[in-house]
Amino acid sequence: MYQFNYHRPATMAEAVALYGEAEDGLYLSGGQTLIPTLKQRLAAPSDLIDLSGIDALKGIKVEDGVVRVGAFTRHAEVARSPEIRKALPVLAALAGHIGDAQVRNMGTLGGSVANSDPAADYPAAVIGLGATLYTQDRDIAADDYFQDLFETALTPGEILTRIDFPIPDRAAYRKFPNPASRYAVVGVLVADFDGTIRVGVTGAGPCAFRATALEEALARSFSPDAVRSVEVPEAGFNSDLHASAEYRANLVRVMAERAVGDILAG
Amino acid sequence: MSSSAATATGIGASVLRKEDLRFITGNGRYTDDLNQPGQSYAVFLRSPHARARIIGIDTREALKVPGVFAVLTGADMAADGLGDLPCGWEVKQKDGSDMVRAPHPPLAINVVNYVGEPYGVVIAATRAAARQGAEAVMTDFEEREPVVDLATARDSAAIHDGVPGNLAYDWELGDRAATEAALASAAHVTRLDLTNNRLIPNAMEPRAALGVYDRSGDEYTLYTTSQNPHLERLVLSAFVQIAPEHKLRVIAPDVGGGFGSKIFVYAEETTVVWAARKVGRPVKWTADRSESFLADAHGRDHVTHAELGLDADGNFVALKVETTANLGAYLSTFGSSVPTYLYGTLLAGQYRTPNIHVEVHGVYTNTCPVDAYRGAGRPEATYVVERIVETAARELGQDPAALRRRNMIRPEQFPYETPVALIYDTGNYEASLDRALELVDYAGFPARRAASEAAGRKRGIGFACYIEACGLAPSQLAIQLGAGVGLYESGEIRVNPTGSVTVFTGSHSHGQGHETTFAQVVSDRFGIPFENVEVVHGDTGRVEFGLGTYGSRSLAVGGSALVKAADKLIVKGRRIAAHMLEADVDAVAFEDGQFVVRDSNQSLAFGEVAFAAYVPTNYPTDLEPGFSEKAFYDPQNFTYPAGTHIAEVEVDADTGVVTLVNFVAVDDFGHVINPMIVDGQVHGGVAQGAGQALLEHGIYDDYGQLVTGSYMDYCMPRADDVPDFVVDTTVTPCTHNPLGVKGCGEAGAIGSPAAIMNAVTDAVGSNDVSMPATPEKIWRALAG
Repeated sequence: MYQFNYHRPATMAEAVALYGEAEDGLYLSGGQTLIPTLKQRLAAPSDLIDLSGIDALKGIKVEDGVVRVGAFTRHAEVARSPEIRKALPVLAALAGHIGDAQVRNMGTLGGSVANSDPAADYPAAVIGLGATLYTQDRDIAADDYFQDLFETALTPGEILTRIDFPIPDRAAYRKFPNPASRYAVVGVLVADFDGTIRVGVTGAGPCAFRATALEEALARSFSPDAVRSVEVPEAGFNSDLHASAEYRANLVRVMAERAVGDILAG
Repeated sequence: MSSSAATATGIGASVLRKEDLRFITGNGRYTDDLNQPGQSYAVFLRSPHARARIIGIDTREALKVPGVFAVLTGADMAADGLGDLPCGWEVKQKDGSDMVRAPHPPLAINVVNYVGEPYGVVIAATRAAARQGAEAVMTDFEEREPVVDLATARDSAAIHDGVPGNLAYDWELGDRAATEAALASAAHVTRLDLTNNRLIPNAMEPRAALGVYDRSGDEYTLYTTSQNPHLERLVLSAFVQIAPEHKLRVIAPDVGGGFGSKIFVYAEETTVVWAARKVGRPVKWTADRSESFLADAHGRDHVTHAELGLDADGNFVALKVETTANLGAYLSTFGSSVPTYLYGTLLAGQYRTPNIHVEVHGVYTNTCPVDAYRGAGRPEATYVVERIVETAARELGQDPAALRRRNMIRPEQFPYETPVALIYDTGNYEASLDRALELVDYAGFPARRAASEAAGRKRGIGFACYIEACGLAPSQLAIQLGAGVGLYESGEIRVNPTGSVTVFTGSHSHGQGHETTFAQVVSDRFGIPFENVEVVHGDTGRVEFGLGTYGSRSLAVGGSALVKAADKLIVKGRRIAAHMLEADVDAVAFEDGQFVVRDSNQSLAFGEVAFAAYVPTNYPTDLEPGFSEKAFYDPQNFTYPAGTHIAEVEVDADTGVVTLVNFVAVDDFGHVINPMIVDGQVHGGVAQGAGQALLEHGIYDDYGQLVTGSYMDYCMPRADDVPDFVVDTTVTPCTHNPLGVKGCGEAGAIGSPAAIMNAVTDAVGSNDVSMPATPEKIWRALAG
């Protein structure tokens, strides 16, 4: 990697100030994307502002039908949190299958969601559960957050501080892992909020999105058969070495069908 | 040989590996662990283009980077008189002419021909400075249209001057006319087009080298990740001409896996040992994983059309094969031999097919050179034979096991001369087939298939009855066929005065466990404790000579050399014992570690005789003192491990995911020294074969950029990709080496791809699936 200045602020204000002063600063959260990028010399920030020292970004709380997770919460902490496993087991299960043990012990919720890798798992939960994302300045609805490939509603210098996940009546997440990287080729989270269905999809497009046709079909009839009859359009889907857009469209349907099956199987 | 299968450490015992304590406690000493005072670091300048002319290299900014000592290029190397990297195997074309060798300077001069090809090196005080220096080098390239696609390479512009059609050779073996005639009159002909996917080796330890030059003695030392340090030294001396052999020591310390990729002599180690003198400091280089992907010789990469003729009874009458083999941009050290002598000669498989003809077009492309990778030619041959035999069985509605059985060479037919130049010494192919059928519960397969279908999954079963030629190789035959070196092996046994033993072998262990198995062989031979034997390898300064480890040769050839040396010691020991015991030498036998006078109660222990040889108080006056012997062993024939592999897969039709649910391997390796190590070799080999069949594919795009250049895209098999393997052995001892052993290192990777693909195509109901059988391919095949 290239040389950079390293900072580890203790407060949000300090972090934001450092970012403002840096010539070309970057925030460092769990580093599971950024550190490999630096090691390959694909990025050359002047300053790295490590968010790990800011207590305000940490902590898990369940209240008012919502699971509030600090942005600097590591995947492994979400996976094993007794509160989350009880209140929102789908989120714990999703986090428990991100990457490998090393990634889960370092990577954070905020880092993943801020980066918005098209193949990351968390965005499916943010969309599928209709989360609210908080920064130092404002809150953002999930549906407004993901914008394009690695593009979100965050503005330069803005830090995700917390994500609130509403607790559905029932939900399940299914992913089809890339055999090589084990990232999601397609991941689908299906959630039922008292008959209102949300389907969050990751991996298939440039960023996570709601599969509205599937939501409508499931609202009419919450069954695998209802999913099977839906045509998932492949337009705009990712196409690469591992999966064409057409195949991804198939996987969206199959993963949704299986998530519904999981929910019905209890 | 003592009958020591009963002992805890002798031949046949699953002795825990001596070397593992240091490996699993992090105390291995790999090349990158070694450091020298004043050491510098090399970072290579590598071509970003698949094909380009180098217009100019501007090093001025690089030389200003603090810590940079030198920027050296191919021109500097040529100016010092260094030669090309040679290809060590001459392949004669079918018209009798020599193959066409493209010039292959270690560092490219004027032209670059694959992405990652080194054309220069930056040497600096730290690795970071060297990297920074490399980024500061400004190279002006003029890009040219690359030749990437194997199928059209022969119709494309010539990559190298003087190599029209990019053809390194057109090679054939067998009787074309007889084969074509037999096909023309066959009752049934099965035709099959196959692709054997390009693989990238991915040894756990990346390649590394540390070059040292000692001006006071004008001596060079190269520490490097080599499977054959003596061959490395020979090539660097005789061909590249870095230094004469007696002034160059090559040490291959602990090496973390090779799979063939560390046989070859590469640009990087050549450069660091040369540069060590240029810059007056030791020079170290360790590949990063990206460099390994780009520049370790790749494996396989064939396209093949095959035709198998059968008579009305299902007897094979002819096999005709035409293969285009990708050799990459240059001929690597043994690249020419892999798709020819290690491939075409194996096309008889286990069968009595009387007419075989194979033609191979070896072509250059703008891709990384292709050379031996675990199995080297034999997995490709097995894939052709076993896929087409399975296809024929399906076309004829015959049981695939029965069709194979009908055509197998029978035990009483050995030695068996094939139509493709080999003489199989021994085997019992039906025995391994029968045992595999039993272990897989072949009769129960229809019920298992029905159960899978009831659960919504498709199930398939596939066979591969493979053969391989190992124990490379009878030297004179190999040289006749084009090898540039003999393929014997050397061994030395030094018995110390107190009776402990140091063994020196020209084989090299980089995962095989020689420190254990060779100690088992020698301790068993001498009847001494296993712990009293130490094995030394991998150092031209300590081991007299060696040809190294590849082609499942170490035990069959290197082990045999040790047996020969041991037997010389026993002969000498009998003379010493006869003198000491005042007996006739012919009356002295060596049994269970004792020199015994027959029909008497007189005996001397091995250690007593060794001591007498070094303290010769009561000793024959006409015998040299000391107790140490060397031997070279040159095999009379190849060895022919063979066996049956059976795979069962389940397919998820909605996603196309293939799950390998059962794998049975029954192999005949001859006698087995350490069953635990042999099982491990089979496990690893089958995992690699499963990687080839289901996961791995080295892909270049149309511009010649390696698309699968990291683990994000190149899919290595992991523990959860494979089932618990069921492995067993049958034994027909090799008839021509003293241990009766055949070799086990490659078999797993040779049989498994064909078995798995036969199972996949059985499950899918379509033969039109290429390796790797990725989910999308299967999904599409099922969608029709």
